[in-house]
Amino acid sequence: MASPQPDWAAIDRDPRFQALHKKKTSFLWGLMVFSIVYYFLLPVGAAYFQDLFKIKVWGALNVGLLFALSEFIVAWVVAAIYAKRANREFDAMAAEIALDAHKIGGSK
Amino acid sequence: MGRLTPYFMGAAAFLASGLAFAGEGAVADQWKWLTFAVFGGIIALTMYITWRASKRVHSTSEFYAAGRSVSGFQNGWAIAGDYLSAASFLGIAGLISLYGYDGFMYSVGFLVAYITVLLVIAEPCRNIGKYTLGDILAFRNDPKKTKTIAAISTITVSIFYLTAQMVGGGVLIKTLIGIDYEVSVIGVGVLMLAYVVFGGMVATTWVQIVKAILLVVASLVMVALVWAPYGFSLPGILDHVIHDDGIQKQVAKLLGTSAANMTPEELGQRFLEPGLFLKNPIDQISLGMALVLGTAGLPHILMRFFTVPNAQEARKSVVWAMVIIGGFYVLTLFLGLGAALNVGPANIIALDKGGNMAAPILAQYLGGGADSMMGNFFLAFVAAVAFATIVAVVAGLVLASASAMAHDIYVGVIRGNHATPNEQVTAARVASVIVGIVAIVIGIAAKGQNVAHLVGMAFAVAASGNLPAVLLTLYWKRCNTWGIMLGMLVGSFSAIALVMMSPNLTYPKAVIKDATAVLDGTPAKEAVPAKASEGFVCELFAVCQNAEAAKPAAEAKPGAVEKLATLNQKIATLTDPAELDKAKADAGKLEKDIKKAQDDLKKFEGQTTNLVGLEKPFFRLKNPGIISIPLGFLMVILGSLLFRDKRAEAMWDELYVRQNTGIQAEGAVAH
Repeated sequence: MASPQPDWAAIDRDPRFQALHKKKTSFLWGLMVFSIVYYFLLPVGAAYFQDLFKIKVWGALNVGLLFALSEFIVAWVVAAIYAKRANREFDAMAAEIALDAHKIGGSK
Repeated sequence: MGRLTPYFMGAAAFLASGLAFAGEGAVADQWKWLTFAVFGGIIALTMYITWRASKRVHSTSEFYAAGRSVSGFQNGWAIAGDYLSAASFLGIAGLISLYGYDGFMYSVGFLVAYITVLLVIAEPCRNIGKYTLGDILAFRNDPKKTKTIAAISTITVSIFYLTAQMVGGGVLIKTLIGIDYEVSVIGVGVLMLAYVVFGGMVATTWVQIVKAILLVVASLVMVALVWAPYGFSLPGILDHVIHDDGIQKQVAKLLGTSAANMTPEELGQRFLEPGLFLKNPIDQISLGMALVLGTAGLPHILMRFFTVPNAQEARKSVVWAMVIIGGFYVLTLFLGLGAALNVGPANIIALDKGGNMAAPILAQYLGGGADSMMGNFFLAFVAAVAFATIVAVVAGLVLASASAMAHDIYVGVIRGNHATPNEQVTAARVASVIVGIVAIVIGIAAKGQNVAHLVGMAFAVAASGNLPAVLLTLYWKRCNTWGIMLGMLVGSFSAIALVMMSPNLTYPKAVIKDATAVLDGTPAKEAVPAKASEGFVCELFAVCQNAEAAKPAAEAKPGAVEKLATLNQKIATLTDPAELDKAKADAGKLEKDIKKAQDDLKKFEGQTTNLVGLEKPFFRLKNPGIISIPLGFLMVILGSLLFRDKRAEAMWDELYVRQNTGIQAEGAVAH
């Protein structure tokens, strides 16, 4: 418990942390915005584009049902993309910073 | 504590399975023993888990967070167990069986919600938090102020959610197997208290995992049985759906006069198209916002991320939860369609107007019907899983409220973080008992009340009060104590206030009008042309004309009293036994309708305003999110900009570095 505190401001200024911050920010919020827009296409389409949703594609299966099913697929794919990138890239970058935490800027 | 557990468990099991089971239910009396055997089996299993867990729970970290030793995969199942409440399990299958497409569309938002949790909430919260929502908010803000408001919010959200579960559960158990409402509420309460008090988060987690597995297995078996006759082909089953007589009749009933010119096949196809249940697109979007942002602000879901050893496992647990929850909702599509095909919407409505009995009755049908042993075993199994669902969800909610009371308020605010580990665990157990007893009392007091709006309200408060505060304290440097206080207060109160003025509540005038229409019939009406909206505000509030669709002319309809008189005359002349039976059954239904309408009239006699003093809804939507969520965000921003808080800004670097790197995150307890 009594271990000295790392210099947080110095870590924040460290180029490696800045690189992690930049990569994560654009990647995460990009995925987030895409997911939200894609989700709200469903209620909007169901309300305002009913003619499109009613088009039959395969037997009784119509565009609306396919689109609703695609919401599941898209959610899973977004989760998989994020998990893969985070496991491969973000975790390693964070671990490297954490390892050096007490060296960056000298401990207070 | 440990030595007492087996006795307590025995008492709880006895209470839940042995007491008064007189009355009616979907299960015939001769098969009741089977139902109780299955219930007893599942309860015994969860009690065994609790007994094992009770030996492992000694410290606060073990009580609140299972020693942070749950793996990501296990936690994924536990999150699914916590999230798939009776409302989503029985409710969505029911909606699909009655309204087709709209029911399925409704389920999508519950899954997409986890994208928010995965991308921006789970890992940062795991890295900087300890046990509660209050811990996250107190990191760089005034601890006493933020912990107090976080605890109040946690308890409010949990009580809303919990009341809906308790009332829904009581009604469900009564409909299924005829156990008295009060007995099943007490049964749920006592069992859940046993899990939480003796086994803490360890037992709660494992009960949720076991329940989620049972739920998924039961659904898989049912879907296999439903789908097999159509060769597991999607167009195959849909083709039977659109040509099904019962489904076509249900669509015709829902569409009313506008169905007159449609062919039977068009009616069947309409079941697979949007608009039979969800009619107001703005309301839909408002609900979508509450789901997508609210899940990430639900305290009992947030709490689950503290049970894993690190952020990587938190990430893994959300991914698994998404696989399980999403897969489950895809299964409910087939459960709902299967129930509509095999049982028929009319029979489902006859058991429960909301369709909640669709899945259990489908189970009975698939096992061989109401007279077969297998049919009743299936029904008993699904009913027991539904019961376990309610108990597991309530246990998670009680643990979240208890942690807010004991950890945030008692230890954090009153004792100023100076409490010995033993005192903390005792406080947690005492708080659990208090919350549990409150839950039972509220459950019994709310008997017969309209609680449908409460789950929506929980999501709305979580999305409007909790989520803006959590999100902005994590990602916006200027966010501070004042912003969080203002945002949580205004966001939560506006959500609650809007729901209290919404069409979700019961309005005496409307009830009286409906009941009179049932009894005396309705006169002929002339066609009403469509009305144009006078602006966006009018779609939200009853201050000016909103858009209304044209209403075609309607013929006069006779009331139930008149119909019954005609039917009774007819019965006197009937000789064919089959026709006589049918007429008598119809007469029975009419008598039931008349009785209900008369009861309603008596209950609301002379009343013009409801419990908040409104004659009709002032807020036109059922879901407040579209107003209260932006308001919550705005107030956090405004409060933060208007008042300075040096500590919150000074702590930003530490918070931002720690949430991204996991440096000094709370570690797992070594065993």
